[in-house]
Amino acid sequence: MPHPDLHALLQGFADPALCRALLQRLEEALLRYGRPLRFMEVCGTHTVSIFRSGLRSLLPAALTHISGPGCPVCVTHDREIAACLLLAKTPGARIATFGDLMRVPGPTGETLKNAQACGAKVHVLYSPMEALELARRYPRDKIVFLAAGFETTAPATAATVLLAAQEKLPNFYLLSLHKLVPPALRALLSSDSAAGGAAPPAIDAFLLPGHVSSIIGSKPYGFIADEFNKTAVIGGFEPSDILQSLLLILESILQGRPAIGNQYSRAVAEDGNPRAREIMLKVFVPQDALWRGLGTLPAGGLALREEYAAFDARRGFDLTLPEYPEIPGCKCGLVLRGELTPPQCPLFGKSCSPAHPVGPCMVSSEGSCAAHYKYNLG
Amino acid sequence: MPEPVIQLDAGSGGSASQRLIRELFLRRFSCPELDALNDAARLDISGPLAMSTDSYTVDPLEFPGGDIGALAVHGTVNDVAMLGAEPLYLSCAFIIEEGLPLALLERITLSMAKALKEAGVSIVTGDTKVVPRGAADKLFITTTGIGRIVTPNPPQGHRASPGDAILLSGSLGDHGLTILAGRHQLSPGPGLRSDTAPLNHMATALVRELQEVHVLRDPTRGGLATTLNEIAGQSGQACLIRESTLPLNPEVTEWCAVTGLDPLYLANEGKLICILPQAEAARALDIMRRFPQGRQAVHIGEVIAPDGPDKARAGQVILETPLGGRRLLSMLEGAQLPRIC
Repeated sequence: MPHPDLHALLQGFADPALCRALLQRLEEALLRYGRPLRFMEVCGTHTVSIFRSGLRSLLPAALTHISGPGCPVCVTHDREIAACLLLAKTPGARIATFGDLMRVPGPTGETLKNAQACGAKVHVLYSPMEALELARRYPRDKIVFLAAGFETTAPATAATVLLAAQEKLPNFYLLSLHKLVPPALRALLSSDSAAGGAAPPAIDAFLLPGHVSSIIGSKPYGFIADEFNKTAVIGGFEPSDILQSLLLILESILQGRPAIGNQYSRAVAEDGNPRAREIMLKVFVPQDALWRGLGTLPAGGLALREEYAAFDARRGFDLTLPEYPEIPGCKCGLVLRGELTPPQCPLFGKSCSPAHPVGPCMVSSEGSCAAHYKYNLG
Repeated sequence: MPEPVIQLDAGSGGSASQRLIRELFLRRFSCPELDALNDAARLDISGPLAMSTDSYTVDPLEFPGGDIGALAVHGTVNDVAMLGAEPLYLSCAFIIEEGLPLALLERITLSMAKALKEAGVSIVTGDTKVVPRGAADKLFITTTGIGRIVTPNPPQGHRASPGDAILLSGSLGDHGLTILAGRHQLSPGPGLRSDTAPLNHMATALVRELQEVHVLRDPTRGGLATTLNEIAGQSGQACLIRESTLPLNPEVTEWCAVTGLDPLYLANEGKLICILPQAEAARALDIMRRFPQGRQAVHIGEVIAPDGPDKARAGQVILETPLGGRRLLSMLEGAQLPRIC
C-alpha cells in the first residue's frame, strides 16, 4: 500500500498557486537575463511530466525546452533491437522484457509484439527479479532478460544477476543494453553537429535526471560546469520541482557561476546511493556502447564482468550485433541531440505516428516524438 | 471427494449438458421465454429497437466489486441503454474451459442473476460450450442485448454540438485498476473496487425527463480519453475538458502515481458520459445524482467548434490541466505498458 499521505503529497507538489508563483519568478529572472534560454532534459519522466502537466504551454516564451537522449528505449540502437528480435526467434529462448521495448521496430519494421504474435515467447515484467521466476518455472527454456535502462535500472539488474549466480541458475541470460548518462552529456556538449556543417543549437543548461542521480549523486556531472562552463540542476518530476529547478538554473547563470545544483534533495543525496553503485559495479563494467543518434560512446554503457560471463546472452547465444543501414528519413538521432524538434522531422505525423512508428522516439511513451504527437497542441 | 469441476461431457448436448442447464442456468435465470426450452425465444416487441453484443474474457474471473458474470450483464445492458433504449432481453453464451470448478460457476451465475434483477432484464436464450483445457482461459461469456428506444431522437455520437456541456457520472479508473491489481496480486487497499453497475435506469431517466440528450456513452475500455476522442471524431467537433473537475478515488490517484498508469485511459464499467445543451446541464446533473451510480456526477467540460478561438482541430480533445496549461488528450495506441523506469 502506498504511503497514506501520498495523495496529499502529490497534490502539494502540483499546487496551482505554488506553480503560478514559481512561473512568475521565472519570468522575472528571464527578464533580468535578457536573452532566450535553451534547456535540455535527459529523462523520459521529465519529458512526459512537462507535457502532461500542461507546463510546456505555460513556460515563458524566452525559455525553450528540448528533450535529449533521456528515454532508454529511444537510445537503444537499431542493431540492438535487431539482436533482441533474433533472440526472440531462437528456438528454446523465452524473452523477458520491460513493456516499452515491445513496440520498438527493428531495422526491418518488425517488433517484439509481432514476434510474439507469430509464436515467440515474450513476457512483460515489472521487475528483473521476475525473470528468475521464469527461469525456475521453465527449466528447459533459456530465459533472456533484455536489460535496457540507465543507472536507475542497472543496480536492480545487477542484484538479479547476483541472485542468479547464488542460485546457480543455468538457464538465465541477460542482454545488457544498459547505458550511462554522463558520457552522453559529454558527447552532447563536445560534439559537432551530426547534421554536418552547422553547429548544433547551443544548450544553455541541463535539467538533470532525478532517478539516475539518486544512484550516481551529483559528482559525476562536475565536468559540465568545470570543463564546459554550463549550469545543470538535478530536478524532481512534479511541476513545482521542474519550475524550481529552472529557477535555480537561471539564478546560477545570473550570478555568473556555472554549477551543478540539486533541487531534488528529498531523493538525491550528494553521493547518490553508494550501495546500489557497489552492486552495479560488482556485476557490470563500463564499456564502449552504441547509442542511437550519438554513435559509439566511450564507457557509455555497461557490460557483464568476466565472473558473470555465463549469464551473458551475447556469449550464450553466440550473438553479434547485426549491421543494418540507417532507417531512411528518420531523424530520431538529430531529435535526441536536440538539433531538431520532432515536428521538424519530415516523417513526423506523416509516415511516422504512434500507430506506425518509424523511429523509437515515436514508440516509447517517453519518447520526445511520441510526447509531441500525443500532447502538443497546434 | 475431489472438488466438482466442469467436464467436457457438460458441453456434449447429452444428458450431462441438460443437467448443467437445468440445475444451474435455468434455476438462476428462470423466466417464461427461457423456461420454454425451445431452440429460440419467442419475443413480442415492436418499435425502434437497440441491439448490442459483447464478449467478456476478464481475468481474474472474480474481483473486488464484481465478477465476469456481473460484467457480462452490466456491460451489454449499458451499451443498449446508451442509445436511449430500455434494455429488455439478453442472450447469453458460455464458453467454459474443462476443469472450471463448479462452485465458481455457481457463484458467477448467482451474481448474474442478481445483476439481471437489478437491471430489470431477463436472459431469454443461451448456449453452453465446454472446450478442452488450454483452448480457452477458464470462462468466456458473450451476451447480446435488445431494448426498446424510448425517445424519438436517440442520443448518438455524431450529435455532439459546439457549446454542449459534457457531464460525467462519477469517478474514473476504478474498474481498470482493480483488474490490473488482481492480475498482479497487488492489494491496493479496501477502498478500491470495480465500479461495475447497471446504468440503464439513469440513462432512461435522462432521455425521458430531458428535452434533448445529444450523446450518452459509457467510457469502458480505453477510458474517458478514448471515448471522448471517439465522440469528437464522430461529430467532427472538439472537446475541452477541465482536468481538475475529474473525480478520482484516492486509491486510484495513488496507484496510478506509483505504477505510471493514467486513470483517464483506465476502463470503467459503471460510468456514463452525457453530452447535452448547456441549458439542460443542471437538470441532468440533478437526475444523475438521484441514482447511486451518479452521486458524484460532475460537469467536466464543453464541446467546442474546431478551428475556433481554442485552436482545436476537428476530432481533438484538449485537456486544461490544474495548472491552467492546455494539452492534447489523445487516443492511446495500444495497452498501457509497464515502463523501464
